[in-house]
Amino acid sequence: MIRYLSRRLAASGVILLGITLVTFSLTFLIPADPVRMIAGRSATPQAVESIRHQLGLDRPLPVQYVSYLVNLAQGDLGRSYVQKAEITTLIQSRLPATLLLMAGAIFFELLIGLPAGILAAARRGRSADRGIMVLSFMGVSTPQFVVGLLLLYVFANLLGWFPLSGYGTLGHLVLPALTLGIAGGGWYSRMMRSSMIEVLRQDYIRTARAKGVGERGVLLVHGLRNAILPVIAMIGLDIGIFMSGAVVVEAVYGWPGIGQLAWQAIQRVDIPIIMGVTLVAAVAIVIGNLLADLLAPLIDPRIRLR
Amino acid sequence: MAYVWKRFRRDPFALAGIAIIVLVTLSAFAAPLIAPFDPAEQFFDGLTLQGAPLAPGGNFLLGTDLLGRDLFSRLLYGARTSLIIGIVANGAAVLVGTTLGVIAGYFQGWIGAAIMRFTDLMMAFPALLLAIALAAIFTPSLWIVAMVIALVNWVQIARVVYAETTSLAARDYIEAAHALGANWPRILLFHIVPHLIPTMLVWATLGIATTVLLEATLSFLGIGVRPPTPSWGGIIFESQSYFLSAPWLVFFPGLAIMALALAFNLVGDVLRDALDPTQRGRT
Amino acid sequence: MKRPFLPAAVLAAALGISAAPALVPAAEQPKQGGSMVVTYKDDISTLDPAIGYDWQNWSMIKSLFDGLMDYKPGTTELIPDLAESYTVSDDGLIYTFKLRQGVKFHNGRGMTSADVLYSLNRAVDPTTQSPGQGFFAAIKGFDEMAGGSAKSLSGVTAPNAETVVIELSRPDATFLQVMAINFAFVVPKEDVDKYGADFGRNPVGTGAYKMTEWLLGQRVVFERNKDYFREGSPYLDQITFEVGQEPTVALLRLQRGEVDVLGDPIPSAQFLEVVNDPANKDLIVKGDLLHTGYLTMNVNTPPFDKKEVRQAVNMAINKDRVLRIVNNRGVAANQPLPPAMPGFDKSYTGYAYDPAKAKEMVAAAGYPDGVKTELFVMNTDPNPRIAQAIQQDLAAIGINADVKSLAQSVVIAAGGDGTAPMIWSGGMAWIADYPDPSNFYGPILGCGGAVPGGWNWSKYCNEELEARAQQADAMASPDMADKRVDLWRQIFVDIMADAPWAPVFNEVRYAMHSKRLAGDDIFYADPIHIPVHYEFVYDKDAQ
Repeated sequence: MIRYLSRRLAASGVILLGITLVTFSLTFLIPADPVRMIAGRSATPQAVESIRHQLGLDRPLPVQYVSYLVNLAQGDLGRSYVQKAEITTLIQSRLPATLLLMAGAIFFELLIGLPAGILAAARRGRSADRGIMVLSFMGVSTPQFVVGLLLLYVFANLLGWFPLSGYGTLGHLVLPALTLGIAGGGWYSRMMRSSMIEVLRQDYIRTARAKGVGERGVLLVHGLRNAILPVIAMIGLDIGIFMSGAVVVEAVYGWPGIGQLAWQAIQRVDIPIIMGVTLVAAVAIVIGNLLADLLAPLIDPRIRLR
Repeated sequence: MAYVWKRFRRDPFALAGIAIIVLVTLSAFAAPLIAPFDPAEQFFDGLTLQGAPLAPGGNFLLGTDLLGRDLFSRLLYGARTSLIIGIVANGAAVLVGTTLGVIAGYFQGWIGAAIMRFTDLMMAFPALLLAIALAAIFTPSLWIVAMVIALVNWVQIARVVYAETTSLAARDYIEAAHALGANWPRILLFHIVPHLIPTMLVWATLGIATTVLLEATLSFLGIGVRPPTPSWGGIIFESQSYFLSAPWLVFFPGLAIMALALAFNLVGDVLRDALDPTQRGRT
Repeated sequence: MKRPFLPAAVLAAALGISAAPALVPAAEQPKQGGSMVVTYKDDISTLDPAIGYDWQNWSMIKSLFDGLMDYKPGTTELIPDLAESYTVSDDGLIYTFKLRQGVKFHNGRGMTSADVLYSLNRAVDPTTQSPGQGFFAAIKGFDEMAGGSAKSLSGVTAPNAETVVIELSRPDATFLQVMAINFAFVVPKEDVDKYGADFGRNPVGTGAYKMTEWLLGQRVVFERNKDYFREGSPYLDQITFEVGQEPTVALLRLQRGEVDVLGDPIPSAQFLEVVNDPANKDLIVKGDLLHTGYLTMNVNTPPFDKKEVRQAVNMAINKDRVLRIVNNRGVAANQPLPPAMPGFDKSYTGYAYDPAKAKEMVAAAGYPDGVKTELFVMNTDPNPRIAQAIQQDLAAIGINADVKSLAQSVVIAAGGDGTAPMIWSGGMAWIADYPDPSNFYGPILGCGGAVPGGWNWSKYCNEELEARAQQADAMASPDMADKRVDLWRQIFVDIMADAPWAPVFNEVRYAMHSKRLAGDDIFYADPIHIPVHYEFVYDKDAQ
């Protein structure tokens, strides 16, 4: 186990390094000049070059990259070009919002997916099953921004049950988390269903029934306990999907997370922020994938961590 | 093949999926014939005196958009955008993914390891951020957007193909083919790839759904195809701030996107069940 | 609302007597107290006066800091602010400012001339990376300091604690405007040293408000500076700026009374219903903005290297239709200067809308079968829509423009590099830094801006006009002010003859406030302070 973990961590380190390299190259390919954006519209060419030199942007690219890595090793993510604020501060102030959003999304996708999957498995082949499966497909197929706008329109505007945007209370969290989690809910309901079906065919279920355990007990106690394992194992992968989805959901709801930060940064070619956010997101994804791989034996006991 | 068709026939939802795909494809092809107006034509009277779009009804079946263009016509032509990108982007993703996956799976060794580590790298990238950055670098156009999406989507297919190729390559008949002196292109082309076709087909179909969604999302963020080319996501992008007062501009394109993605998901799902030998004979 | 551009010295003489004059007569002053909430969509980037240059922080900084000069509230008239009075030498090169006594920084220390020196030097210092550095180019010693060979401006001196003497290298009619601009605001050295690069998040100034809280991504809170040198203002005790608020949402919250002022423009979708609702009649104030939205055409790129084609473009755009697309939130423009700017020519008729004639002109210029080109635009709504409307108009005269909707920074880079044949300026349009016509010339229509990377995206450079511009700006003395304005007026009319731009519309501001908030309309439509003049609006509940 330790050997496996240390090997995976080493591999993850290499991956993250690779990500910094790819991101770095990409930011310099964007056909815009960040120095011009900082220097403003009334700047003299001399002032522009002076700023370029001060930011070290006139050095050859490999030198800049190495210097970035050196700073990174010391925990310094640099300063935003536009805001002059430290990236670590910016990310620290916004990361909790995105993490909260993800936690809420996980809550909702389980809340939706698990009961739906169990019900579908219990009523297999009947109309409830088909209906639930179609609904879950619809959840997966609808673009998040459409879901977001629809939920806003119906629940916040028409019914007034939730605030329209903003951050601070649990009420503010509901709609964005629901929007982010609906697609996942669709996936999990299908996964839960097939997992449950598999489990229900097992011998120990037959035994339980023979012992006189009621159908509900069979489903919820014996069945759920085993069927839920693959679902739990997959949650880690959600983090990767959420990191992308956060950009759109945060845009629709004005949620002050790092997705919003990343989007603005790319528009302004604020390279330090782009690097910082991509790195943070990648770390989260790598952790999530690692988690999923560690829990994989739960899905299939034959899988052994190598 | 006949077996696959039988499974479809028994499943009303899959049939509905096929129907939707056919409908959208027909609309895309026949748009110039069916569309009542030129999708790019901005009518001075397509807006109220104060600049608000017109609601469905009257001259414009589904209303007008914020530039006074007919929504229905734009939806019809928008089908082309979605389908072209869906097929091209996904086709490219499947091609790239399969090629890399097969090479990695067959040759293993350092090539295989390198390719697989590369897929790990790509998987760790937040897909949307990558797409946004790429769209900023290459001036968006229909084909560029398709390429960008393909670059983001090929990874999953590669991994699946890799796993399958690995297990296929270990089989006895491959060894036999080796022994008989077949070189690796022959083996790959004639012995391995044919077995991958069902997987490729399934992923191709499911992938179109993701691609349609991704294109819509990119358009929603303002980095989709070049205006005035209609795209369903692009219509929502232009109209998003009006969703409270002109909800038809979000509802109809949103419905279209969902229907198309749903259709491909349903079809792909049934395909997967049908082509998966372990599922045969089961309900 | 228009205010004539009065010679500043006259006003200075009239007001220069009292120690800390209130800007509104005491009898009319409302009671101090109360609070308000302002909403913004984007996070506030910085409150450092030397750096802040976006339309969100511009007015916030004006409330936290002061400069030697300022504008009479609600107008574009210059008045002395931190300076009690000033004199100008006969040759127009030496300005002597007598500083007001008793002005304190938020940290308690009294302000002296050394602080003014420090602040001006800081703005010009290349290591500060101030986007406003270029404004101070007329000060003696600027070139040496900007070039790095000097550590301070030789032309700025402080003979004693109450006096600042600034010597210019050439007479500059805009100099006093520059002394009123944010980049010239006074900051305390000890706090800049203390916070370093984070001074922008911990601003300390002499202004009417001090910043007491900043929660990144959520809100910034200002509280009244009880030691503010102007009696009676500001009226509000507290202002809370909430960020991350979608304009649509902010509007609904305003209607519910949760929010008092919308920092961003009223969202287009709700604009019509809000403006037409009689209940809102007193809550919406219409005001001018020193803004022009225009189409630039690169005079070096065919087909726009031909003047006739550029003129044809001016005649082809259906400005009424474009205005309809933006809910009539503006007036059609036919010249570069906006109506509220001195130098605006009321009698100029420009190019009439005549697509038929325009088509002939394009054909006659050598393009009988039409021509293909590109139109760059920023990719945030409503600009791609406006670009498409223009695209349709251009197609009608034979110019087939491919709309390239890109990120703002990419469009700006293309404009600077000269690779964009046409650019719709929306979202990046020019809003005056100060209410003087020269500000609309130099960076965007002058030869200085036509260099690679400059903001003169049409790369238009007319040496003859350049000479006249310099001549106009040398007319620094107040009695030449009218003649100077006439000179500028003619310059811009002559620019339109060459038609490097196609001006389309000037935006009109609609500010909306809650019922609780009161104050003269001019403070809600202040041309300098946007969205509102934070120091002169007051809370009805506190009365």
